[in-house]
Amino acid sequence: MHHLGNFSLMAVVVMCAYAVVASLLGVRKQSSQLVNSARRALIAAAGFSALSVAALLALFLADDFRFEYVASYSAAALPWYYKVSALWAGNDGSLLFWTFLMLVFAAACAISRRRDELMPHVVATLGGVILFFAYMNYWVCNPFGQLAEITAAGPIPFTPRDGNGLNPLLQHPIMAIHPPILYTGYVGFVIPFAFCVAALWTRRLDAAWIQNTRRWTLIAWFFLGSGILLGGRWAYVELGWGGYWGWDPVENAALMPWLTGTAFLHSVMIQERKGMLKIWNPGLVIVTYLLCVFGTFLTRSGIVSSVHAFASSEFAWRFLVFIIFAAILSAALLITRIKDLRTENELEAVVSRESGFLFNNLLLLAACFAVLWGTLFPVLSEAVQGEQISVGAPFFNRVNVPLGLALLLMTGVGPLLAWRRSSLDSLKRNFTVPLLSGVAAGVLLFALGMRHPYAILCFAMSAFVVVTIGSEFHRGVRARRAHRGGGYGTALFDLVQRNTRRYGGYIVHFGIVLLFIGFAGNAFNKDVIADLNRGESTAIGPWKVTLQDLPGGETPVYNWLGAQVLLSKNDEPVGIFQPRRQLDKATGQATSEVRRHATFQEDVYLVFSGMTEDGRATVHVYRNPLVRWVWIGAFVMFLGTVLTLLPNRSPVRRAEVTAAEGAALEAV
Amino acid sequence: MAARKAKFFVGGGLFLAALAGLLVTGFEEGKAYYQTVGELRAMGPRAEGRRVRVAGDVVPGTIASEGEGKVRFEIEHEGSRLAVLYTGREPLPDTLVDRAQAVAEGHLLQDGSFEANHVQAKCASKYDAAYEETKTAPAAKPPAGRQATDG
Ligand code: HEM
Repeated sequence: MHHLGNFSLMAVVVMCAYAVVASLLGVRKQSSQLVNSARRALIAAAGFSALSVAALLALFLADDFRFEYVASYSAAALPWYYKVSALWAGNDGSLLFWTFLMLVFAAACAISRRRDELMPHVVATLGGVILFFAYMNYWVCNPFGQLAEITAAGPIPFTPRDGNGLNPLLQHPIMAIHPPILYTGYVGFVIPFAFCVAALWTRRLDAAWIQNTRRWTLIAWFFLGSGILLGGRWAYVELGWGGYWGWDPVENAALMPWLTGTAFLHSVMIQERKGMLKIWNPGLVIVTYLLCVFGTFLTRSGIVSSVHAFASSEFAWRFLVFIIFAAILSAALLITRIKDLRTENELEAVVSRESGFLFNNLLLLAACFAVLWGTLFPVLSEAVQGEQISVGAPFFNRVNVPLGLALLLMTGVGPLLAWRRSSLDSLKRNFTVPLLSGVAAGVLLFALGMRHPYAILCFAMSAFVVVTIGSEFHRGVRARRAHRGGGYGTALFDLVQRNTRRYGGYIVHFGIVLLFIGFAGNAFNKDVIADLNRGESTAIGPWKVTLQDLPGGETPVYNWLGAQVLLSKNDEPVGIFQPRRQLDKATGQATSEVRRHATFQEDVYLVFSGMTEDGRATVHVYRNPLVRWVWIGAFVMFLGTVLTLLPNRSPVRRAEVTAAEGAALEAV
Repeated sequence: MAARKAKFFVGGGLFLAALAGLLVTGFEEGKAYYQTVGELRAMGPRAEGRRVRVAGDVVPGTIASEGEGKVRFEIEHEGSRLAVLYTGREPLPDTLVDRAQAVAEGHLLQDGSFEANHVQAKCASKYDAAYEETKTAPAAKPPAGRQATDG
């Protein structure tokens, strides 16, 4: 198997190198045959990469502990699905998997966009980038290395009886899907990046590369966002500290390209429509892709200490060299093209859709910068001052909460602004009702006794944004009905179908609002820790937790001890829960199995933290308001993204935009 | 024209100023100095009140629960030891076990012990530790890739 694996890895290297050379040669010699063969080489590389992954998978499923990677992350007693997911539990395997996913994107693109005139240069770029990862897979972190024992007679092969097992924290269904999804997001940005480089390279600098990669960008962006949220979900249900986001370097690493990617999704609309921001947009994609690579570098290198980083390894400097090299090349490409990137329009007014987008970009980039700064501060301060200083969650919250709130506000404001300039009249018409709704919500909450300023702001703005989104839909429907007649539902369906991008975008925005409502719940988190004997209880708000029993047991993989508690609300029993402590046999590591009682209002989150010396069970009870809305918001964002990916059923024809659809709809 | 440009510049300037303000106040609130156990000891009373992150290996057998989530343990780094009392609200990470590499964040108390309200821990390198304990010969990694391709 490992022969197959190594052979395929080598083949990937060769194919990628060939793709670069052949496509560039093909361009020079104007040979479409050569160019085509380069394209096919990239597709073949994807096939070989799949083989290499399959080979490693086979070693895992066969419990072949001769191989160091398999022995380090698997054990015979693991169920098969965790043997599969152990594939990406460590550095070597996950990098192999990463290359494979990148090649899947590359191949899909090479097949579906084969007639694109940028294709030769896209293939060359993709081949070049992937060549680096293939090189790393084969020479630097090859997962097919075998164990050996050093003896006087030289190294002899060594096969342990069993593997080390998979970190029990990773033995969770979400962890089986979170890494592939996150990686898909990370690697997907290679496509817009390659198109951008190709466009700069060939000086075909209209918006074609942007339009042709919009779906790829959206898919990558969507996977990245989902990966981040799944990671949060995993932290919440598995790590047992009652939260889903800790500003951990690994989380930050994924958040940064998501932020710049979101900025890009919006700034391209200005270029598509107005021919502006022609330097900014390529810059953003380049930065986004580099942040993706940098993110995986941060995760793996352990240069900033993190809970779930892979151990630091020798490959760090190679990654860094690659990133710097890619950054210099892209920057050089961009700078030499600056003359051709002149803007076709100037900003006309401060209050306009354009400046709305600009402000959106500014906020997202500021947030990204703050996250980058905070994440790298330990490294930077060490280098500059010789003293390592880290900044924790208070820093990130202090900076990002206001930026996030401003972003939320703009999510409501932006879509209501007209292109070029918004007249005072249209502002009044569009904003009066939403603004009043927001203020009313804020006042109401204050009157009900809420005092947390950020939380009030957040809820008020959420109301504002929801009303703007609702009124956008309503106005569109009304205009269609005036024009076409028909029922409200039909008109709504029709409207959305005709402009999936816009209404999909609005639904994504609605998801963002729900997400923020969930975030705001954090302001009201409460918790209590109690040491309980059987029959004793502790209370938090209306909830009461009574310890009933301390059962225990054993499975092939772990031993466990549970704290069985009765949860009641206002003395009405709600249910019996059994948070547990588990001791993984293979790794000897303890984990908490959290139990939750989740409602739309709040989660009651139960952790069994261990036994005290005198035999009492330490139970930690959290009340986390509104957490569920984070997951609901994520789902709504998913729906919106799917909608925005759908093609418009029939293109919106200019003639159909009647006067009745009004100035605010000018943006169609 | 000029007036509009001016508006953008003023707006941008205000934005940047606000951002800088946030960065600075956030930094003051969240900063923690990274120090080794030895350095922290050497600072003596000067370290009091300073927020520090200190790293070391958990001394085997020192982890003791005080109840209500409070936990005592000792960490060691290059021969210096530090007694840590954890008083944070989050449950300690499950990875905090004997010999784990731990990072405790908090401050030094007058009695020379350390009060932490945030602890991170990473198990000692998985492979080596597990096999050392079973007294199997330590596994040496062959030069990656090369060996496997020869064979
Ligand atoms: C984190 C916050 C945000 C997220 C995740 C987000 C996401 C999205 C997505 C995915 C789209 C669809 C893009 C496409 O299909 O190509 C979209 C469209 C849009 N977004 Fe956002 N957005 C956010 C914030 C904002 C802000 C702050 C503004 C204000 C300027 C804004 C204004 C718009 C507009 C005007 C559209 C286009 C609707 C149309 O096609 O007419 N968004 N947004």
